[in-house]
Amino acid sequence: MSDEEIREEERVDVAVETSDVAIRVRGLRNSFGSQTVHDDLDLDVRKGEILGVVGGSGTGKSVLMRSIIGLQTPEQGEIHVFGESMIGRLDDEALAVRKRWGVLFQGGALFSTLTVAENVEVPIREYYPNINPRLRDEIAAYKIRMTGLPAEAAPKYPAELSGGMKKRAGLARALALDPDLLFLDEPTAGLDPIGAAAFDDQTRSLQRTLGLTVFLITHDLDTLYSICDRVAVLADKRVIAVGTIDELLATDHPWIQEYFNGPRGRAATAAVTREKGRQQQGAPHAPDGRQ
Amino acid sequence: MNQAADLAEEMRDGGKVIRLSGSLSVACLHDLPDRLETIEGPVGAIDISGVTHIDTIGAWTVHRTARRLDCVVEGGDEDSRRLVDMLSTLDEPVSIRPDHVSPLTRVVGQIGEAVTTAGSTLLGLLGFFGGTLVASWSLIRNPRRFRINAVVQRFEVVGVSALGIIGLMSFLIGIVIAQQGSVQLRQFGMEMLTINLVGRLTFRELGVLMTAIMVAGRSGSAFAAQLGTMKLTEEVDAMRTIGVSPMEALVLPRTMAVVIMMPLLGFYSSIVAVIGGGFLCAVSLDIPPITFFQRLREVVPITDLWVGLIKAPVFGVIIALAGCFQGMQVEANAEEVGLRTTAAVVQAIFLVIVLDAFFAVFFTWVGWN
Repeated sequence: MSDEEIREEERVDVAVETSDVAIRVRGLRNSFGSQTVHDDLDLDVRKGEILGVVGGSGTGKSVLMRSIIGLQTPEQGEIHVFGESMIGRLDDEALAVRKRWGVLFQGGALFSTLTVAENVEVPIREYYPNINPRLRDEIAAYKIRMTGLPAEAAPKYPAELSGGMKKRAGLARALALDPDLLFLDEPTAGLDPIGAAAFDDQTRSLQRTLGLTVFLITHDLDTLYSICDRVAVLADKRVIAVGTIDELLATDHPWIQEYFNGPRGRAATAAVTREKGRQQQGAPHAPDGRQ
Repeated sequence: MNQAADLAEEMRDGGKVIRLSGSLSVACLHDLPDRLETIEGPVGAIDISGVTHIDTIGAWTVHRTARRLDCVVEGGDEDSRRLVDMLSTLDEPVSIRPDHVSPLTRVVGQIGEAVTTAGSTLLGLLGFFGGTLVASWSLIRNPRRFRINAVVQRFEVVGVSALGIIGLMSFLIGIVIAQQGSVQLRQFGMEMLTINLVGRLTFRELGVLMTAIMVAGRSGSAFAAQLGTMKLTEEVDAMRTIGVSPMEALVLPRTMAVVIMMPLLGFYSSIVAVIGGGFLCAVSLDIPPITFFQRLREVVPITDLWVGLIKAPVFGVIIALAGCFQGMQVEANAEEVGLRTTAAVVQAIFLVIVLDAFFAVFFTWVGWN
């Protein structure tokens, strides 16, 4: 199947089930000075899926995310999140949508003068000031535990944490308001393989338990293979293909082939195959997706 | 899905049951957690079968109520039950902020900390001065490592761009001194002495002192913020690993630029202040400029100029060192950059004024009065 066909199929899919789309991007155009990053970019993120976004360095993965969450105003195009247009909305507008998403930035972007627990409390305090402080503390506490941080990390300041712990703390803050939509910008970059795998598992299990939609930017092939439902490939200033990894492998775009069939891609495929084999031999995980 | 959460209490099989209904999500909870807190036991069960939608905050509310009243959670679909169960596994005491200490202990602790900080800062500053001297010595022995471009670039930032603001400030100070002086001296009929006042004060003290304060505010703070940010982004560490000494690449060019610029700016400031004084004398005291400058040459000894020019580079060293030292002390977080920048300016100005007092005594002692 060629990438064109996948895109075609995508369009048909969307026309049928519009309400199943969490994020809809149409005709997006972004440029910095004379350099165009996106041109006529279309993308749909379905509700309840983990969509991995990949692309070479400088293809504008982060810019795409920043456009969607309103940190960057695109030159052209439409962006709808949960059916609401996000173009040109000020920071204090579209609050109903903002309450429904959580964002994990690359470095965690924790507020450095607040403790981890206080960081988690910030969105709760901001959007629901009438929740009483004791309950708020309890909520922060279980969110921190939920992301796999030890209880001792809560009263620490971000500067006292390791990179992996910062990411988890950032995730706890992103999850503070029980968002429906989670943006993760390279969540496993800079983590050791064990930590990265644990983070992936955590993301997957949270996504299942809470029914999250996840927009995940990554360079990590293991993450793509192990947790993403679909993968969107950014190249040539647009999304050249969206689909499961198997569907992408069936396309003949050179970048996609090189990406997934390069030495690292093959290693990740082999790892996943091994893992699947082991699971089939042992006790298989019960499918427990919650929608 | 957006139906507000509600509760009802009812008796069943001789026990009280709390029946929850509606959407138990953070947006729809409203005052439900507070209402649940007012319910007193004994309660047999919490029934969540009427709940249409639940998120973790709702599930936590259910769990904490169940824990407090020591009752079971029943009803609801499998997903909701699983969510409540999952949260109950996460229930353990977590402290939100560092432990609270009593105010007395804190005040005593802060005093002690302030004393040790003051001591260690002074020592650190002295050590930093030593480090700068060592770096200068190695630079003198290997003059090819001298970063002329960096220094010249600082000349512009520290000196040339400061000309406007320092000029304006000095001009106004000159006017103020002349005006206030003339009001007092008029009572003795000695308005001509205003010229002595303006001339001697600006060359000897105010020109350099005001310049030092302005440079500390403009450049000392900038040094601290620049170096502090570079520390935070690990640029300084990167430099070290490449074999570039931060002392040589960052501190020395800045120090040198300030040391060279301070006498020039101080002299310029004095001249402009004298012009300001002369302007006021011409306008309000009817002393023509020619007379003003003739008289100035008679009453201001050349030693006054030397006093100012000798002090200026010393003040420059203090400003640059305080700025760079505080910048290099930044660790951990962005807030510290702000604190260190403030500390740099305060310390620089304080030390400049202390040293100025010593200089005043010293120059009187050597007979330059």
